[in-house]
Amino acid sequence: MKFAVKALSSGKARAGVVHLGSCPSSIETPCLLLSTRKGLPIFISPDLLSSLPSPDSNLLQFSPLHFSEGPSPKTISSIGGLHQMVGLHEYGFAAVARDSIQCLPECGSTNKTGASFETPCGRRLIKPVEYMEMITSMKPNLWATLADEVPAWANNKRNKTSVDRTVKWLDECIARSPAGGAVFGSIVGGSNIEERKRCAQEIIYAGYWIGGFGLGESMEERPSLLNAVTDNLPKDWPRMICGLGLPEEVLQGVAAGVDLFDSAYIYHLTIGGFALTFPLDRTEKIDYNYQLSDQGSDRTKINLRATVYRKDATPIVEDCCCYTCQNHTKAYINHLLNVHEMLAQILLEIHNTHHYLGFFRSIREAIKEGCFEQFQKKFVQSRREHLAADVVSV
Amino acid sequence: MALRFEVLGRFNRARAAQLTLPHFACQTPLFMPVGTQGTIKGLTTDQLEEIGCQIILGNTYHLALRPTSELIDELGGLHKFMNWPRALLTDSGGFQMVSCITNLYVAGIFYTQWHFAYIFQVSLLHLADITEKGVTFQSPVDGKPMLLTPEESIQIQNRIGADIIMALDDVVRTTITGPRIEEAMYRTLRWVDRCIAAHKRPHEQNLFGIVQGGLDPVLRDICVRGLVDRNLPGYAIGGLAGGEDKDSFWRVVAQCTAALPEDKPRYVMGVGYPLDIVVCSALGADMYDCVYPTRTARFGTALVPEGVLKLKHNAMVNDTRPIDPTCACMVCKNYTRAYIHCLVTKDAMGSQLLSYHNLYYMLQLSRNLHSSIVEGRFVCDFLQKMFPKGDVPEWVCNAMDVAGIDISSCCSS
Repeated sequence: MKFAVKALSSGKARAGVVHLGSCPSSIETPCLLLSTRKGLPIFISPDLLSSLPSPDSNLLQFSPLHFSEGPSPKTISSIGGLHQMVGLHEYGFAAVARDSIQCLPECGSTNKTGASFETPCGRRLIKPVEYMEMITSMKPNLWATLADEVPAWANNKRNKTSVDRTVKWLDECIARSPAGGAVFGSIVGGSNIEERKRCAQEIIYAGYWIGGFGLGESMEERPSLLNAVTDNLPKDWPRMICGLGLPEEVLQGVAAGVDLFDSAYIYHLTIGGFALTFPLDRTEKIDYNYQLSDQGSDRTKINLRATVYRKDATPIVEDCCCYTCQNHTKAYINHLLNVHEMLAQILLEIHNTHHYLGFFRSIREAIKEGCFEQFQKKFVQSRREHLAADVVSV
Repeated sequence: MALRFEVLGRFNRARAAQLTLPHFACQTPLFMPVGTQGTIKGLTTDQLEEIGCQIILGNTYHLALRPTSELIDELGGLHKFMNWPRALLTDSGGFQMVSCITNLYVAGIFYTQWHFAYIFQVSLLHLADITEKGVTFQSPVDGKPMLLTPEESIQIQNRIGADIIMALDDVVRTTITGPRIEEAMYRTLRWVDRCIAAHKRPHEQNLFGIVQGGLDPVLRDICVRGLVDRNLPGYAIGGLAGGEDKDSFWRVVAQCTAALPEDKPRYVMGVGYPLDIVVCSALGADMYDCVYPTRTARFGTALVPEGVLKLKHNAMVNDTRPIDPTCACMVCKNYTRAYIHCLVTKDAMGSQLLSYHNLYYMLQLSRNLHSSIVEGRFVCDFLQKMFPKGDVPEWVCNAMDVAGIDISSCCSS
């Protein structure tokens, strides 16, 4: 894996390029890692994946825990690794034990032998040895070491323990590291700035995975915690984070100098029947066709279950070139949602992913033009204004 | 009449033909996937085109409930609503009301969130009451009594806009005996006349009549002759695929195909299993529909030349072979049984991939039937793969005898 920073804006936000062995093209950062379940998107089947913008959509994230009930590492090895098993040879895979959708860290049950997660198969304790066995068999392009993540309200003692364990497990993981595959050292420390700093300083490796976010810290305390980590990391190495899913949270991460993001946002929107509609171009746009009677909508997304869309024969977003908007109408998706048809989620995941990738593209453009700080301010402000306007109008 | 049916090749009673409909020129024999509510579960229209789907069946009953035929009409018809450029067929709506209770049992215990609404509305249905006027049933939405007449069925189907529409028939299960069957058969003929009179778009939509009469050859004969007299664009053989034994099943199909006109398409409704389709094609039928391939996919079962493969089974956990090494579909080319095993019944993707494979299998079966009917060899190849020990069921041997196809090379006895 190769990474290089190409541009900086507002001091810390950076635009870069990452190149992975299996991907034919380089991928620009900051970028979004698409969520998967067992290596494939949750609803978008592999032949439809190629309809998403490339190479933006070529980085996928998975958790080895997805495979805790089979196939065995031996079988996966004999198939040739994850890329081979899921038939996505020209994609890049990032392995992280935590998956913000269905493998959530359960710090209460984590102990000195391993990290505990709540998964669809129940609570699982995974030890560094087992974790590395799975990593070795799956051969992801990059992987994070096993971490003991704690939420923001953990006390100092627990925080310190989490840092000690994470550093210890880092060594154990690296000792069993397979040839090939970039290692991202995990950094934790909860809401204790000093611990975060300590962790960041102890770990020096090819890339960094920043853990312990998206577990309950507030929007206000997050920037200082993030900076405590990123200020102490070497600038030339990529930084990945989990748990910052919402657009405003992503912007906070970018402002602190993070390069790779996962997001559960798309998944939650999709299963809720929502479609992203916030404007992607950075010029001030006059509000279009906004339906005040739409239940649960604001100017960032629409709720396609709402009856107001029953006869709406227009696409979700007028000039969107995703498969869904090019082929289907709001009326059809409204119908599919009402009759509980799987195709609704497939079409929504395609559109929402496409749209969110567009958001990341605007972030990169803003950084390259040197105006990221204004971009962030304007974005956050306009969303606040819309929400305020909605409150007043109701 | 809005279709052309041209026989391109024959082998005894079996025919390979081109069926040209307003939206698509199809090759028969063909299998029609069932897209109950305006979608095939888990597949996009692009994927359906790619695997060679020619006609999709839509259920009038479900579509009339949601989103309603008026809304579909207002938005330009079902083709436009679901963005399907090829052909569509709608059933009359009668069958769902009467026979849903059986489907409830089949789909019942294993429902996922995607099945839920279907089960929910079916479980609210009481047994329908059939009179000369039409089918009376209790609306699953608000419990009010509703009446589906032949006229209303055709009006709804006119609004939906499918290339082929079905006459409302009085369908009884073949497991029932007695005067009810005769009553149903004659009523079907009377209702066909009402359907013909109510049909407002004969130049865009083809109205097919349905042959009823249970398992009684005399009644079936009367019904066939009555429908042929009405000179309809095509004919369906109904009332089968409901639990009758196979020996009775193939005899009814054989009798009807022998009596129906040569130059019009013949559609056996609700069929079915690959073996049934091969037998019916040998006897001279052209079109089929069934929920089986997609439904069984959602329960983790794949269709293969040897029969079925249960991907849920523990034996699959570490099996690195593809589902079917002879299948050219995207699923078999890219995935192992082990991987599909870890997905099925747990993740939506499992259903999607298996549905994709199963439909590909059925459509490939259709293509193979069409292209090799002249050779006649296909039947033997198919039977040899499914019954490698030569234990071909007796009903199949009897049917092939009548069809004039020599399968002695496939049978051990």
